[in-house]
This record gives sequence, structure tokens and C-alpha cells, in this order.
Amino acid sequence: MTDVKQIVNLKFTLNGKAVEVDCEAEETLAEVLRDRLNLTGTKISCEVQVCGACTVLVDGLPVSSCTLLAYEARGKNVTSIEGLAKPDGTLHPIQQAFIDEFAFQCGFCTPGMILAAKALLDENPKPSRDEIVHFMDGNICRCTGYVPIVRAIQKVAGTLESKHHK
Amino acid sequence: MQQEKKKGDFRVVNHAIPRRDGRAKVTGRATYVSDVKLVGMAWAKVLRSPYPHAKIISIDTSKAAARPGVYGVLTGNDLEGINPYYGHAVKDHPLLAIGKVRYVGEPVAAVVAVDERTAFEALEFIEVKYEELKPVLTHDEAMAKDAPLLHDRVFEAGALRGFEGDTTAGKGSNICQAHHIQWGNVEEAFKNAAAVVEGEYYFPMTYAYAMEAYVAIADVNDNGVTVYSSAQHPFMVRHDLKAIFNLPVSQVRLVVPFVGGGYGSKSYTKIEPLAAACSWKFKRPVKLQLTIEEAMLTTRSDDALTWMRTAVDANGKIIARQAKILMNTGAYAENSPLVVEKSTNRCVGPYSIPNVQIDNYSFYTNTVPASSYRGFGCAQVTLPGESQIDELAAKIGKDSYEFRVMNAAKNGEEFFPKMRPFEGSLKQDLDIAAKALRWNEPAPKGRAKSIACSTSDAGAYPLTSTAIRVHADGSVTILTGSTELGQGSHTVLPQIAAEELGIPFDKVHVMSSDTAITPYDRSTGASRTTTLMGSAMIDACREAIQQMVAMAADVLKVKTEQIQVIPGGIRAGEIQLNWSQIISKYYALPDGEVIGRAYIRKAGRFAQIPVFWETVSTGVEVAIDEETGKIDVEKLVTVGDVGLAINPALAEGQDIGAATMGLGTGLYEELVYEGSQLMNGSILEYRLPRFKDTAKEIELNLVENQDGAGPYGAKGGGEGSLNSMAANIANAVARATGVRIRHAPLTPERVWRALKEQKAK
Repeated sequence: MTDVKQIVNLKFTLNGKAVEVDCEAEETLAEVLRDRLNLTGTKISCEVQVCGACTVLVDGLPVSSCTLLAYEARGKNVTSIEGLAKPDGTLHPIQQAFIDEFAFQCGFCTPGMILAAKALLDENPKPSRDEIVHFMDGNICRCTGYVPIVRAIQKVAGTLESKHHK
Repeated sequence: MQQEKKKGDFRVVNHAIPRRDGRAKVTGRATYVSDVKLVGMAWAKVLRSPYPHAKIISIDTSKAAARPGVYGVLTGNDLEGINPYYGHAVKDHPLLAIGKVRYVGEPVAAVVAVDERTAFEALEFIEVKYEELKPVLTHDEAMAKDAPLLHDRVFEAGALRGFEGDTTAGKGSNICQAHHIQWGNVEEAFKNAAAVVEGEYYFPMTYAYAMEAYVAIADVNDNGVTVYSSAQHPFMVRHDLKAIFNLPVSQVRLVVPFVGGGYGSKSYTKIEPLAAACSWKFKRPVKLQLTIEEAMLTTRSDDALTWMRTAVDANGKIIARQAKILMNTGAYAENSPLVVEKSTNRCVGPYSIPNVQIDNYSFYTNTVPASSYRGFGCAQVTLPGESQIDELAAKIGKDSYEFRVMNAAKNGEEFFPKMRPFEGSLKQDLDIAAKALRWNEPAPKGRAKSIACSTSDAGAYPLTSTAIRVHADGSVTILTGSTELGQGSHTVLPQIAAEELGIPFDKVHVMSSDTAITPYDRSTGASRTTTLMGSAMIDACREAIQQMVAMAADVLKVKTEQIQVIPGGIRAGEIQLNWSQIISKYYALPDGEVIGRAYIRKAGRFAQIPVFWETVSTGVEVAIDEETGKIDVEKLVTVGDVGLAINPALAEGQDIGAATMGLGTGLYEELVYEGSQLMNGSILEYRLPRFKDTAKEIELNLVENQDGAGPYGAKGGGEGSLNSMAANIANAVARATGVRIRHAPLTPERVWRALKEQKAK
């Protein structure tokens, strides 16, 4: 084992802006986002690609950033939760729907959940309940029982049948 | 009771106002301890015991300590100068193993280094020599006559005063805690019973899986101890740290930002003492962030092996219940002594039973320490309790729902001797559940329905204080020690303040748990925050209003009797002033403030324990695949008897969340030990409820009769709908197949085997 760390220079597009960062070769994308770029919205939980908390979009596809080497994101288009709202603060419709439908409690799974939902809706703007459940099954939420999350996604898709608490 | 206003009168309270933390949480800006960095901060990583029970012969840290970037290695040999044992029940838990390890995964040493990776890489260079001892792993092994003792001395009691630390450790056994309740004459009642059911039930060890694993950042310096922590009960942790470092309370500060899930697993002290000891030794701030696998080696729930029998008379009235419960508490007491007490009480259920005897014992074993888990022992004993209600109903040919209604405790009835009389409307709750499930209609083929209920002596100990600051611009800051775990305390509390002060919700903000700033609140658990902190909030607002009335009288040169309080301010004759005008005129500047305070203690409306009865009815309709044993939940119903929902959406969110965890333990969640090794100690192998497991049809109901001791007659919620879920699953399987399974979780394999055995008979 060597104590000399191999440093790599990494360039990619993050939330629409070009970034350049030096990191160790073995660093994950989640580590680079959180520790090098101070974007802590990406959460780390299971660290084995099972819970979805660390989900970010790489070229529009949902990826577990806890197990993706940052190097693999070179030259690509990365979207983290910090990149979703408009610069004027207007929330993305999915973010707003999560608030309106009480689709989170502790909030730790929420960034990954919202980005997974974005990937789904970008690919399939009107998913059925079964399609939502199937697509989102890789994201764990321990607080909500999932039901309000499904509702929030249906709300954005325009398929939510009844209004809740209004 | 604070219930002058009736449902329908409220302006802010009892409305589903969106969460105060909503924007922060959907934009990734909400700060959790895992996101916090301090200047000069080092990182710690923990070396853990590979043995369940062993003497530590020697630890050589020299190679690890010599590595580049390593500041040092802390072991149990380096703790001279502090008191390394902690525990709010009994102080049996060393912050690092001292001389002996007691479970696989126990912290043995901590490397402190410049970053996390460097600390981690140094772990393998620590050399520990162990001498293995015979482990004690099960209830039976713990009780054996020649069992090795886990602890060989009696311990001092911790912050849980009133609990006398009655551990028998050092008295020749491995019993950690025993608790007994008894009234009436059980033997006589069973002799005269018309029908009796009896059986042995097992509820497994489970893991709460808060998505955020335990994390703490400690900074110990000449000014004292500061710890940023994911703790649910910062003031209880402060008590442990104060004792460890022998400091005055004023020099110990716990700061808790947003917490990434707790469910009881972050109750009480966990890794804070170790992080603080690392900071103390190596003289810099230290962050200790556990992985999920490490968190699974830090705490779990107590399992319960319960023998129970229940009897009815010829009229179908339940006349007796007796149970003996054995719980596996693991290597250290943690909160298990309280879990034992609560599970004993919760065996009775929401029924009026004239003859009761419950004997409960928890045992120290060489396994991961058990502690609080949502519901505090209630789910463990509601599996047997509510199974037997169905078993008895079937035996005497009664409908199980009608049998429950017939025996339900009534509002105002002292169904549990010496406790607060029952406050709730169980019959109404059960009726709602039955209607939602279309109880009178037969279930489709291959399906079955179940209704179950539970009540818990909830609210823990009533000691809560708070302060609100009304600023000169009329905005308000709440100082509360109730942590925001996701349950919504930072939304509910400002709702109450806005209601009381007659101001918009948006003008009220919350300063979160910081023991140096926010007044003392004993805990955020046991569903107590709405009831206790909510009551304190009303009192603090009313005290602030009283002060502002006096200030207005001074400013207007009138008597206070001439002043009438109106929403948002006062009126005196023709003159109206809002709070901002009163404060600004009083100080003759548009600055300054008024501080309203409140102290809740075990007196007045909270003189009698429990603070409230948390009563929930639940129901399911499940489909059972007899070929595979797989159970699908088709329909889920919850009925929360909450008194008044301060925020109905949040209250329902608690019910569906807790019910989902309950379905997890009913269907597949279980920590599996094979010998001393935890076999599924990772989230790859520990099966959690996922999107695909959600019921297709869900109906969440709240019963609001304003009959609690909390604000406007509110009671707490958040744990209740978990408790009866495993029993619901077992009862539904019994109704569908005729096979009674008394062992949770009802995994496909367990169901399939039980059905196969039945066929073989």
C-alpha cells in the first residue's frame, strides 16, 4: 500500500456551470460534491447503492453518487438538488409538489427522491401509479410510508385525483 | 385542560399548513450534523470488537499512531481524568471498551486523523490481543445457572431519576431489569373462566434505520464541551457529558440541527461521549460519523418472548390476563429498563380487565445493546395481546371487532389502577376502522381483514420549559428544546404560537435545540412534544400577552382591567394597538422585546401519569399467496385518537409512517443472529418497506374529540399505528387460512412452512 495519493484533475458541468476540481482518484462523486464543492444537499446513507439518498442525475439519468467514482463523471452533465430551483428561487414543480403533499418528514431522503422523480418524469411525463412505484423502488424513505411521495409525483404529472387537506 | 376553543374556531391550529422546513428540505439547504464542518476539525474512525465476549489483554496503537495524518489513537487505557461510564438508566456503558468487550461491534479504539479516510486506513494497524470468554447470547443462556456474568458490579443511576438503577448485575445474575404489575386475583379468575387462550409469541429484534446514521462533532476546550449531534434528547445527553467530564451544566452545550430520522433510535446518549473523549484527548474538534453498518452495531430494539394467557367469562367479558415476558437487552442497559416497564404496562391493552399479572425480565447478553424504538415495547406485547383477542373471539364464536368494542376501556374509566383514567373514544375509533374496511362484507377469496388496537401510557415524564420572544416588529422567535426529527415540531409549535398571539404563521420562527440557548425540555420522544411543548407554548404566549397588557396600560395610562385582548393586540376603549406598537411605544424605540416563559412539571393537569393515553386502531386487508407464503397488504386503515390534530396532514403523516414501519416488522424486518454474529447487519440484507410494499388503498382517519390534556384537548401521535400491525398481519393470516402464527415477522418462508405443517396434520 502506498501513502502517495494520486490526484486527478476533473472537469464536468454541474447544475449548468462548468466546474474544475482536483480530487483523489478513489473519491466518489458524492464526496467531491459534498467535501470538495461544499454542496451538502446530496445525502449519504447506505453507501452501497441500495437506498437512493445520494441520487444525482448524470446526463439526465439517476445515479448513486456514493458508489460512482467522481472520475466517471468527467466531461458529463451532473445535476444535484442544488441545481433544481431557478436562480430567482422559484422551486421546480417537483420540489413544490413535495411541499404541498407533505412528501417528506426528516428530509434526508428527499434530495435523492426528488431527483429520481425528475428522471422519471423527464422520461415519462404521465406515469401510472405502477410505473411510479416501479421506477422509485430504488429509493428508501423511512418516514412517510411513500404514499405522499407517490401523490406528489402524480400531482406534477397532473394525474392526482383528489385534493388533500385544502 | 386548555380547550376553550372548539374545533372549527381555530385560525391557524387544526389546519394543514405546509411544513416550516419545507423549502430547506426540498432544496438541499437543510443542515444536518453530517453536513457540518468546524475549522480545524479532525475525523475519528472506530475499531470494533470481533468477539462477543473477551478480555482485552493488550492494545498496541503505536503503528497506527505513527502513520502520516494521524493525530492519535484513543483506547480504554487512555481515559484517566474523565468518568468513562455513562447511561441515563444505569451507568454501565463505557465510551470505549475497558478491559473487556461485550459484543461483536463494540468500540475498542478510535483513530483521530486529518480526514476520514486516513483515520479509516489506520485502523488495521492497531493490534489488539483478546482472550475469549464464553458468550451469553440468548434469554436461556443468560438465565442458565452457570452463565457467565456480563457485568460484575452494581451501577450508579443516571439522569432517569426515579428509576433506581435496580439492576441485578453484580448480584449473581444477568437480569438487567425486572418489572411487575398485578391487580385482582389472576389464579382465581382463570379457574372460573368460561374460556381461556394461552400461547407463546416472539417479536424480533429490529433496526430503526434512520437514513442519517449516528453523527457527532465534539469540541472540548477550556470553555467546556460543545457537541453537535443527531440526538433526539439533547438535554439527556448533556447530563451524561456533564458527568463524564465533571463539568457544570452551564459548560456543556448540545446543538441539534435537523435530524435525519430518529424513531427512538437516537433517543439518549449514543456516540457523543466517544467523540467528546477524542476531542478532549487530541485537543481539537473531532467529527465521528458512523456508517449504517456501524449504526446497526450501535442500537436495536429489544426482542420479546412472551407467554400469555387471557380469559373471558360466560358473557364474553375479558376477566383476566397474565403474561411473562423475556427480553434480550444486549450488552448494555441503554433505555431497555424503561422499555421493560412500558412493555409491561402496555400488555394490558385498551381494555378494562379486572385481574392482571404481568412479569417482565430483560437480560444482558453479548449482543448489540437494545434501546428505544418507536412505541417503546408496545409492538412487542401487542402482537401477543391483540392475537389473543382474536383467538379468544374465535374460541367463543364472537366477531373479533364486536368483542373488542364490548371490552373497550371507556372515556374516564380508571382501567389501569392508579394511572390517569382513559381519555379517548375507542368504540368510535373501532367503528371507523370497521366501516373503512367494510367489515361486514366478506373479504374476496385469498384475502382476509383484521382490526386491532392498542393504547400506550405515553408522554414520558412531564418536564418541559420554553420561552418565546416577541420582537418590536411583532415577529416572534420560539426557543424550544424539542428537536425537529421530521415529525413536524417546528411547524406545529409556531402554529400554536400564531393562534395564541393572533398573528400570521409566517411571523413565527423557531430556534432549534441548543442547550445553551433553548430552555430545558426533557426529551423529544414518547409522542410527547405536541402535548407537553404545545401546552408550554400556550402558557408562554399567554404570559407574554399578560406582560404586553401591562405595558399597554403603562403606555396608555389606563388600568389593565380596561384593556381587552384581541387577535394580534389589545383594545382600550377606542384605541387599538398591535404587539409591535405596544413594544415600540413602551421602549420609545422600534426595538426591544418581550419574553414569555412557561414551565411544565408533574403538577396541575399533568399531575397524573401518563401524560396521555396514545390510542390507535388500525386495520388491514391482506392477500395471502398460499403457494409462496407471500403476504400483500391491499388495504391499510389507521384511526388516530388524537384529541385534536394541530396539523392534520402532519398527524396523518405520522400515522402512515408508523404503520409502514409496523408492517415492516409484521412482514419482514428482523435482525438475525447466528451465534454471536449479526447475519444481516447491512441494508443489503435487512429488508425494509419499499415503494412496492405500499398498500394499494389507504385510509387515514383522525378522531378529534378534544379530550386530551394537551393544547386545546390535543393528545400525541406518531407511535400508535405501528404497535398493532404485526398482530393485524397474524390475525389476517389466521382468518384466511386457519393457521395461527405467533412469531413475527410473518415472512413468506414462515407462512409457507406454517401452512405446510397445517396440511400435514
